[in-house]
Formats: sequence, structure tokens, C-alpha cells
Amino acid sequence: MSAVMKHRLFWPLVVLLALILLNTVSRPSFVRITVHDGRLYGSLIDILRNSAPLMLVALGMTLVIATRGIDLSVGAIMAVSGAVALTIIQDSGDPANPAVLAVAIGTAVGAGLVCGLWNGFLISVLGIQPIIATLVLMLAGRGIALLITGGFITTINSDPYKFMAQGYVLGLPFAFYVSLVAIAIVALIERRTALGMLTEAVGINPEASRLAGVRARGIIWGAYAASGLLAGFAGILYSSNIMAADANAAGLYIELDAILAVVLGGTSLAGGTFSIAGTVVGAFTIQTLKSTITFLGVPPAVTPVFMAAVVVVVVLVQSRRFRRFMGRLPARLRTWTSRTPDGAEAAS
Amino acid sequence: MSHSDAETASDALVAMRGITIQFPGVKALDGVDLVLRAGEVHALMGENGAGKSTLIKALTGEYAVDAGTITVAGEPRVFHGTADAQSAGISTVYQEVNLCANLSVGENVMLGHELRRGGRIDWRATHRAAAEHLENLGVELDTRTSLSTHSIAVQQLVAISRAMVTDAKVLVLDEPTSSLDRSEVEQLFSVMRDLRARGVAILFVTHFLDQVFEIADRCTVLRNGRLVGEYPLPSLTPGSLVQLMLGRELDDLEALSSVADRHVDRSGAPVVRATGTGRKGVIEPTDIDVYPGEVVGIAGLLGSGRTELARLLAGADHADSGQIEVAGKAARLANPRSAIDHGIAYSSEDRRAEGILGDLTVAENIVLGIQARRGWRKLRKAEQDAVVAEYIAALGVRPASPSTLIRNLSGGNQQKVLLARWLATAPALLILDEPTRGIDVGAKADIQRKVAELSARGLAVVFISSELEEVLRLSQRIVVMRDRRKIGELASHDVDVDAVIDFIAHEGQEGAA
Amino acid sequence: MTSTQVAPARESHVVSSRHRFMTRHASWIPVFAAIAILVAMVIGAQIYFDGDFLSPPLISSILLDNSYLLILAVGMTFVILTGGIDLSVGAVMSFTGMFGASLLRDGLPSGVVAPVMLACGALIGLGIGVLVQYFDVQPFIASLAGMFLARGLGFVVSLNSIKVTDSSILWLQRTRWHFGDWYVTATGILALLVVAVGALLLAYTRFGRTIYAVGGNEQSARLMGLPVARTKLLAYVVSGTCAGLAGVVFTAYTGAAYPLNGIGTELDTIAAVVIGGTLLIGGSGFVVGSMIGVFVYGMIKTIINFLGVDQSWTRITIGGLLLLFVVVQRVIVARSARRR
Repeated sequence: MSAVMKHRLFWPLVVLLALILLNTVSRPSFVRITVHDGRLYGSLIDILRNSAPLMLVALGMTLVIATRGIDLSVGAIMAVSGAVALTIIQDSGDPANPAVLAVAIGTAVGAGLVCGLWNGFLISVLGIQPIIATLVLMLAGRGIALLITGGFITTINSDPYKFMAQGYVLGLPFAFYVSLVAIAIVALIERRTALGMLTEAVGINPEASRLAGVRARGIIWGAYAASGLLAGFAGILYSSNIMAADANAAGLYIELDAILAVVLGGTSLAGGTFSIAGTVVGAFTIQTLKSTITFLGVPPAVTPVFMAAVVVVVVLVQSRRFRRFMGRLPARLRTWTSRTPDGAEAAS
Repeated sequence: MSHSDAETASDALVAMRGITIQFPGVKALDGVDLVLRAGEVHALMGENGAGKSTLIKALTGEYAVDAGTITVAGEPRVFHGTADAQSAGISTVYQEVNLCANLSVGENVMLGHELRRGGRIDWRATHRAAAEHLENLGVELDTRTSLSTHSIAVQQLVAISRAMVTDAKVLVLDEPTSSLDRSEVEQLFSVMRDLRARGVAILFVTHFLDQVFEIADRCTVLRNGRLVGEYPLPSLTPGSLVQLMLGRELDDLEALSSVADRHVDRSGAPVVRATGTGRKGVIEPTDIDVYPGEVVGIAGLLGSGRTELARLLAGADHADSGQIEVAGKAARLANPRSAIDHGIAYSSEDRRAEGILGDLTVAENIVLGIQARRGWRKLRKAEQDAVVAEYIAALGVRPASPSTLIRNLSGGNQQKVLLARWLATAPALLILDEPTRGIDVGAKADIQRKVAELSARGLAVVFISSELEEVLRLSQRIVVMRDRRKIGELASHDVDVDAVIDFIAHEGQEGAA
Repeated sequence: MTSTQVAPARESHVVSSRHRFMTRHASWIPVFAAIAILVAMVIGAQIYFDGDFLSPPLISSILLDNSYLLILAVGMTFVILTGGIDLSVGAVMSFTGMFGASLLRDGLPSGVVAPVMLACGALIGLGIGVLVQYFDVQPFIASLAGMFLARGLGFVVSLNSIKVTDSSILWLQRTRWHFGDWYVTATGILALLVVAVGALLLAYTRFGRTIYAVGGNEQSARLMGLPVARTKLLAYVVSGTCAGLAGVVFTAYTGAAYPLNGIGTELDTIAAVVIGGTLLIGGSGFVVGSMIGVFVYGMIKTIINFLGVDQSWTRITIGGLLLLFVVVQRVIVARSARRR
């Protein structure tokens, strides 16, 4: 039992399952999945679909955090990517043409990659603190996106583009497959090769790793590039979902959600050892929580209060001091209850 | 353990009795006594893991004791934190100087005790007071300069001055000399003697036996969390003290003495030859070469350029002059990685900051060197297990479990793991910078023996250590450095420790043309 | 064995005045750099607009338009000096504004409401501080929770904007004291007062010096017996209180409270503080520098207004400037590290 409890995925999974359980109890329709036109529908399916952008961003964030870094610019990169894609499609005059879409998506994701490379350059080559280096792009990125769209919210009408976020394949949302592929690729690259361990080494002690011959610069740079690339894809999914490029709203606060998902998954913000499976669970948890809040009838604007509660609970559970405090609590309660006659009875 | 209370009670400033501290799974201290008297320098001796630092932390209020009593000036005290201990007159100066480098010298002396007038700090008076406290120790400094502009030795004296501001009756010096050069140690000792004369009790922790015999009046020896005993120093010899610390004889170290005389074949190409290798403002152009099977020692004080030279050879820093040949061919060592690719392995002097990866396992720490060279291509599990098992056994890593996190190992065993990491990459040249600093005598002997054995099998080694005895014992040739340049080369069978010291002290000045 | 004295023990007393300045006041250099940038920007704009740019009313308006940011920056400086960060300030400013406006609407006098707003800010700051100090939560995350909380609470108060009609709150902004072509408002004076108090606290009290010590080396500060926990806690309380005060000032500035106010303000604040020469690793920086940073920010905004180009350039320019400063800081730190 205690071995199970000590597993690093134990608590993240407990939180996710508890959320699902809570939802199911309060409204059984939550777990109901209906089939319509050979497609699955239901709250759980929505969560799979809507979590895709967060999943992509969180995967990149996991790699960045493992190197002891942080990427605040992912939301801005999403805005840039969406703006690039939609502007190209709009300007082409042929929004349904697959070639145009390919160029648009390629350029947009490329823009994300360039942003990530820029972050990586500032951090790994110039040695600037990650929080500040990415803050630069976080500040400037949305401005750039606004310049690309000319200060407007660009909207398009393109069925193939719409398909990415809203389409179905084999009964499941296409966006979910995008998540799966991204998870698989990241997991394979990190764990089937030595990259994962080398990343952890760099995150634990960059200088020691460098002296041990690890190309720390390349690994850190790569992590930010991956984060930018994945955020680029997330930007495509986001803009495909609303079929518009909104430089101000796209990916707003997603960096915080992503960081939360990573922390929720048991990866320490201090860098080093990381868990991709944990991040996956974390991303689903965040998405479930958001849909829970919506279904509870809370105005979406008040959602942040719940997020705050989650942040506090999560960090407290992870805090060693808090655990020690709570660990001593049963003993204290026992000594307290044993003094009362009722307690003695209950204890026996 | 056999002290009569009647004798100690009268002059004991601090008496710790039966101190027990329990950590999860281990008893770090088990019924330890320590008595400090006014006007004495009291050495606290023991191997790593003997419980010295735990005992100090109990005394300075960082750890709460699970059993036992602490009396200060006859009054029983319970400390809740360092501030408590300081108010009871117990101050500590740590190995890594615990001051704030971003603040001025004067502030560091006076922090928390700044002189105030009308509710605000009177900086003029505060700096004047700081200067007075420093002068009391014979240090003259511009107290308004930033602490970071001063050497570690000066910072240590600033830390001691700070202790005097709080009117410390007891001064704990936790390995203060480990990064000082000889003259700095001398200055520290004169300060210590002065404080002793003023009735301060000094608890002195160090790994350097000769320093203990030079300055201490009495010593308490710990072993495995238990008290071995308290002894007046004149009654001990270095040999008997080591025996008390180890609980066993140490013949191993002596047996190595023949290594220095071993013949080295210098007919072929040297493994590494550096000509005029230097770096502006760090080290002057230097020549050094190492042949297969040879151990070249580098002797010199801290800051003499010995680590700096090693770092250039290892590609850790970039040389801006001279050239380096590896196996007869010119090589460009732009970063550690390219040095490793040329078969040069470098074990840094700072084990914790530049060596181990604390959150990774012993196994991962060992294979990191190989893995870094291979890049993404992962070592096969069977291959990895074989390598790890081989080196854990060969170097005697304890505990011999590959899946233990390395941060849970003692310093000596961490050092062995680092050695394993480098040996696993099958280097041609191994550069060891202070491989035995701050580790217990047993591990030290193991590492020395391993170095001798490897060089006998043809490995070229550059060996750097503050302990000249060790350098002399292991190496065939000694490069002597001073003031950031090489001042000469000695054949180690021609010289003894005193000759090397003499050479460092005098040769350097003549050669400074 | 140790009788051989090889090196002179004392340091040389012959030092050039430049060296003397460097060893004493190196931490002021980034502030001078910020001042240089500010001056260069003003001169550049003055030339570009053919001398038609700089005028007393314009300079006065920079203080007026950015007084809330100035107050936030002072609080942020305290937190960053300890090596922390406070992402909650924008949201807390917005929430206290909403809460205060709703209380005023309910008829409470401003003499009660303003202190309540400050207390709310202080309370959220305290909460963040407790998480950071007692539960080892990273400041980034703890203040993130504070930000979410305040943002959400703002919407709990009302989803719509609340108009403020209280005369004394509006007085803070409306009344302008003129000195020739120059003018200043009560909010501006309040902001400058906060700067002065902040600067004095940091330079002349033990609390202030402990802030620097904690930011320089927390472990050392603890071992020196300084009240580390209390000081860090107080730094977040100071920041929260400043955010509460900024809420008052911002409400007076806009004449209404809106729950979406101050989105991204935390980033502007951090940018201003960093541009003003405060190192994000803590332990080095000055409130006066942060003030310069805010003026740089205000000046950029004004110039972009003058140019008549898209306001999105403000953020881009701030981002670029932030980058420039961070790179310069990085070079300075790297060089001083090499000197050692």
C-alpha cells in the first residue's frame, strides 16, 4: 500500500479521480458518453478535446522546467502562431486550399519555433534568467501578434482548418489525436534516448553537467525550442477552435495553467527529475477542473478563485513542511481524542 | 568520558551533556559530551559522519536536541534557533563564509546591531563601530567597500568580527582554514590566540591535523556519533589522534611511499603537452607535460593558479594563449566536452557544486560521463549495470547500491563515484583537483591507492592537493606554482615537504624577472 | 611549518578613486544606466519632434498617469530585493478597487473604505508571504495563487464596472496644484511619498537592511540571527499594501472600478523595477531606481502616443528595453564574478 502511495503518480491520479467522482456524484450525466453519427459526445470527450492546447504547452513546459527554467511566453507564442496562420489564410483568398493551409500551418509553427529558439538563445547563450528572458517575449509577443493582424481580430472561414480543433476521426476528436501524438513523441524522445537523463542532469546542476561533458547549452536551448514549437501547434488548435486570431485573448494565462499542470504532475519547479505521465494527468486535471467550474454554474470570470484554491492545495500537498505538519496531526488528534470518553470508544 | 564534574564545573563556559540527536533512521549523535572552557582553543575531531557538524548545529541552536542538556555559564539553556544561541554568547563562523556578499564590510559586521539615532540607522557611527571591531582583530579595511571585493580569508575575519559584536563568549570555527593559504591561516591563528587571551572559548573544527597541534589546547574526538573522549593535546601525537578518530591503524598510507620512485618512460609522446598555455588575468602562460603512467603533482597554495591551470587543460575555461598537444597532435580544447573527447577527464575541486548530481542515483552519476559522450544514444541496461557494478566494486563505494541517490552518500563515497564516472570514460589523462579534501581518512587512503594503481597501469594523472605530503607521495614529478604562474619543476624523490615549501617561498621571487 | 609568511596579509591602501567607487557603490551603476536611458530617450524625442516634445505639462502628466504604477513598483522592489517575486499586484490592485468602489456605493465613508482597501491588499500579501515563508512554496507560484484569488474575487464583487462618485476619492485625482506650467495631483504626491518612505525604510532601518541581507544570502541571514521569516513576510505585506494603495489611486484615476483593470500590470511593474536596476536574484537595487524605471515606462508610452503609432508598440518597446537591461546587468554580473 505504502509503495503505491509513494509512487509519484499516486497523488496526481487521486486528485483527477476525485474530481471526476465529484462531478459524477453531482451530475451523473458527466460520465455519460453518447454516440451520434459514429462520433462520441459527452463531458469527458469534451475534456479530451479541449485539453489539447494545454497538453501541448504543458509538455513543452515540462521539458523547460526540468532544465530549471520556466517559459512564460507560451501564451504569447500561441497568439503569434494563430495570427500568422490566419493572416496567411485570409490573405491567400483560398481558405480551403490544402496547400495554403500547409503553408500557413508550417509558417505559424515555424514562427513558434523561432520564438522558442530566441528564448533558448537568451537563456543558454547569454545566460539570462529564464523568468526574465521569457518575460520579454511575453510582453512583446502579443504586441507582435497585434501588428501581424493589424490590430484586428482576424476571422476566417475554412472547413479544413476548422477540422483540426473541431473535427472527428474514428469517433474521437482530432485534437485528442494531436495530444496523443505529441505525448508519444515527447515521451519517446526523452525516455527511449538518453535525452531525458541528460536533461535532468542539466536541471539538477548545470555546471557539474557541463564539466561531465554534457552539452548543457544545446539541451537547454532544445527545451525552449520544443516549448516554442509545441506552443505554435497549440496556437493553431486554439485559433482553429474559435476560427479567429485574437492577439489579446489567445492563450491568455495558459502559461500559468501549464505550469500548474506540470507541478500538479509531480515535477518540481526547482528542476531536475520530471514526469511526462504526471504532466499528462495534470493537464487533464486542470481541464476537468475548468469544466467542473463551468458546470457548477459559476460565472467563468470567477474561475480564477477556484484556480487559486487548487494552486494552494497543490503546493501545500507538495510542501514538505506541510506534509510533516499533517503527518503529526493524526497523532495529535489521537492524544486529544483519547482524553475524551467518546474518542476512546471510537478508537477501539 | 572520565571527567570529574567538580573540576569542570568551575571553569566550564559551555557544558553539553549526553547530547542525542535522532534523524529518521539514524542516531546522528548518541550521548555526546562537550565541555568548553574560557580561554581555550578546543579542537573537535572526527571523520566525516562522526557527528561534528551535528554537534555544532546543536550548540548553535540549528537543531533541537532529542536528549541531553546544554548549560551556558552554569545555566541550563534550550535554543530555538541561531538567534537564541547568539544571545547566549555563542557565535559561529562557517566553512563557506556565511555573510552577505552584496553588502558592505561594515554592514556585515554590524547587521542586526546597527547603531541607531532617532529611529534611523546612523551609518557613520555604525561604520566607525565596525572599523573598531575589525581593528581589534588587527584588520584594517575600508568598511564601506562591498564584501564581495575581498578574499575568503578577509571575509572570514569579518565573520569573526561580527561574532565579537554580539559579544561572543564562545566562538565556533567550522573548518575555517580549508580554503585559506598559509599566510592567511597564520593571520587567522594570531586572531585566535588573541581571542583566547581575552578569555573566549574557541571550538575549532578542521581536517588539518598539523593545525590542531599548532593551535589547540584540548580536543574532543567523535566517532560514529559517539564520544571517544576528551584529551589535552600535549598528551597526543598525530598518530595517536588519527588512531582515535579512525579506531584503526593506518598503514595503508605509508605503504604508498614507494610510488614516487617508480620509473616513468618518457621516450614516447606525452599524453598532453601544454606550451605557453595561459589566460589573461587568470594564469600566466605555462608549460606542462604528462607522460603515460606518470603522476604529475601540482604544488602551490590556493590561488597560486593550480586549479586555473587544471581548468585550462580540461577545457573548463578557455585558454587565450599557447597551444596544447594531445598525444603529439595539436588540439583545441574549447569546452569540457572537447577535452573529454581527447581523453582528458577533470574532477573539480568543488565536489558539491561541480561534481555530483545530487538528485540522480549512484548509477546515473557513474554513467553520466559515458552517456554525455554518446549523446542521445542510450546505454543498454545490461551494459550500464555491468559498468556500474564494476566500478562500485573496484572503488569500494559504500553503500554499494546503484539506486541510492548520491546526495545520501558521504563525501568520500561521492568522491569515489565521481572517480568512477571518469574512469568509466577510459581517459588517457585524469586531472584530480583536491580529490581528498574534506573526506575521511579511510576514503582518502582508498583514493590514493587507486591513483597509484591506475598510473602503474599506464594512466597519466595530474594530481592537485593542498596537502604536500600527499602530492609528494603520489607523484613522480611536481610542478610548483605561485602567484598564478609556474615557478619550477621538482623530481619528487629529491625533495621533502620542507624543501617544497622552501621552494614556493623563495624560488618564486627570484624567478620573477 | 607554517612560519613561512609568503604573501602580504593586508590589502593595498593605494586605490584609485574609480576603483574606490566601484568597490563601494557598484550596485548604483544600473540605476545610472536607467537614468542615462531616460535622458537619451527624452533628448532623442526632443530632436525627433523638432523640440516640440518636452514641456512641463507633459512631464507632469507622466507622474499623474503612472502614479499607481510607481506605488506598485515600490512594493515590488521590496519583494524582488528578498529574491522573490509578486505576480499578484495587478490583480490585487483591481480587486481592492472593486471592493472599495462597492463599499463606497453602499454608502460607507471614504475614510473607512480606503484603510479597508489597504488592509485587503496587506492581507493577500500576508497570505502569499505565509505560503512562501512557512510552506516553502516558490514565490512565483504563491503569488500566482494570490493573483488568481484576487482576480476571481474582483469578479465576485461585480462583473461590471462600478462608478465612483465619492468626492474625496475623486479629489485625489482632480485637484491639481499648479506651479507655472507644472502641476501635481494628490495621487502624484502620494506616489512620491511612498517612494520616499520606501527608500528610507530600505536604507535606514534594520528591517530594510535585513531585506538586502535576505536577498543576498538567505542562509547567511538566518545564521547571522536576523529575523528572516518576519522580514520576508513583511516584504510581501508591504507589496500587498502598496497594491491596495494603488487600488485607491487607480480608482481615483479612472473614476470607476472595473474587474478587468490591471491585467498585465504585474508585468509592467516587474519590467519597470528591473529596468530601474534591481537584480531579480535579489539583494541589489533601489526604490529610486524603480522610480526611474517607471518614468522610463511612462516616457515610452508618451512617445508612442506622440508618434501616433499603434499602442501595441509600447509592450514591444518595453520588452526590448527589458531585454537590453537584463543583458547589460548580465554582463556586469559576469564581469564582477570574473574579477573575483
